[in-house]
Amino acid sequence: MEILLNGEKMDVSAKTISDLIIELGLETRMLAVERNLEVISKSAYDSTALKENDRIEIVHMIGGG
Amino acid sequence: MSNDTFKVGTYEFTSRLIVGSGKYKDFETTKLATEASEAEMITVAVRRVNITEAGKENLLDYIDPKKYTILPNTAGCFNAEDAIRTLRLAREAGGWDLVKLEVLGDTQTLYPNVVETIKAAEVLVKEGFQVMVYTNDDPIVATKLEDVGCVAVMPLGNPIGSGRGLANPFNIRVIKERANVPIVVDAGIGTASDAAKALELGADAALINTAIAEAKDECLMAEAMRDAVRSGRKAFLAGRMPKRSFASASSPTEGYIWD
Repeated sequence: MEILLNGEKMDVSAKTISDLIIELGLETRMLAVERNLEVISKSAYDSTALKENDRIEIVHMIGGG
Repeated sequence: MSNDTFKVGTYEFTSRLIVGSGKYKDFETTKLATEASEAEMITVAVRRVNITEAGKENLLDYIDPKKYTILPNTAGCFNAEDAIRTLRLAREAGGWDLVKLEVLGDTQTLYPNVVETIKAAEVLVKEGFQVMVYTNDDPIVATKLEDVGCVAVMPLGNPIGSGRGLANPFNIRVIKERANVPIVVDAGIGTASDAAKALELGADAALINTAIAEAKDECLMAEAMRDAVRSGRKAFLAGRMPKRSFASASSPTEGYIWD
């Protein structure tokens, strides 16, 4: 299925946010995920299904002032 | 002095220096300079994960969130909506509720967009965030942001990254005199004397990034800022002497040998 991940189109086989994080090889520590402008809490990663054309943002902390 | 703590919202700090984590050449330097500064609070930015670089080192591998209070910022946001989204994500990422709100006006000056800043602050305060807000050195706006419920108001000394010191010391003092929340001079501090001056004027703290990160010796400058903030605070508490137009002799003016 195709989703928009961090602004880029991407084909993924993941069915949920949890699957997606594993598929991408990310650590969930200090990450946050937004699906269609809504923040998804870590406890809901398993139960949040991905749908075609979902807009997903995955962010972390970097240096800044 | 020992009980002269810096209180912001429900937080309490010993240090009155807040540091940024941007512009450093590497994470190791960020860590060492931050340690040298003895700051307890450090700002971070929220950005997209680079999917192709999964598993790469992260800033927070070097800056331990258990040791430091992490202050997520909204740098790069030019409207209220983006700033609100950014901080909601930051809160989810690390559970942080103390945040630095900045909504910018344009890329050349990086001056705050005050209208959007107020809009964002209203929403964030309602959502339970403790908002430390970057703003102009405008006393009226500072009062407005306090009224909206921000826990600290952070007027700029000069544009972000300019290192030009305090453009309008008088306004910093006026803002402080009218405020019931902590005032933090944010942006523009270029060297130690600027930081000392900010605290001498009564600012409760200073937020410094570029002046440390772009120094030739980052750790030494971090120490200089640490000391400057302490000195400035002490001078403020001590109460400075009045300025006079003419000289006032330091030695007694009687008992001269020729009298």
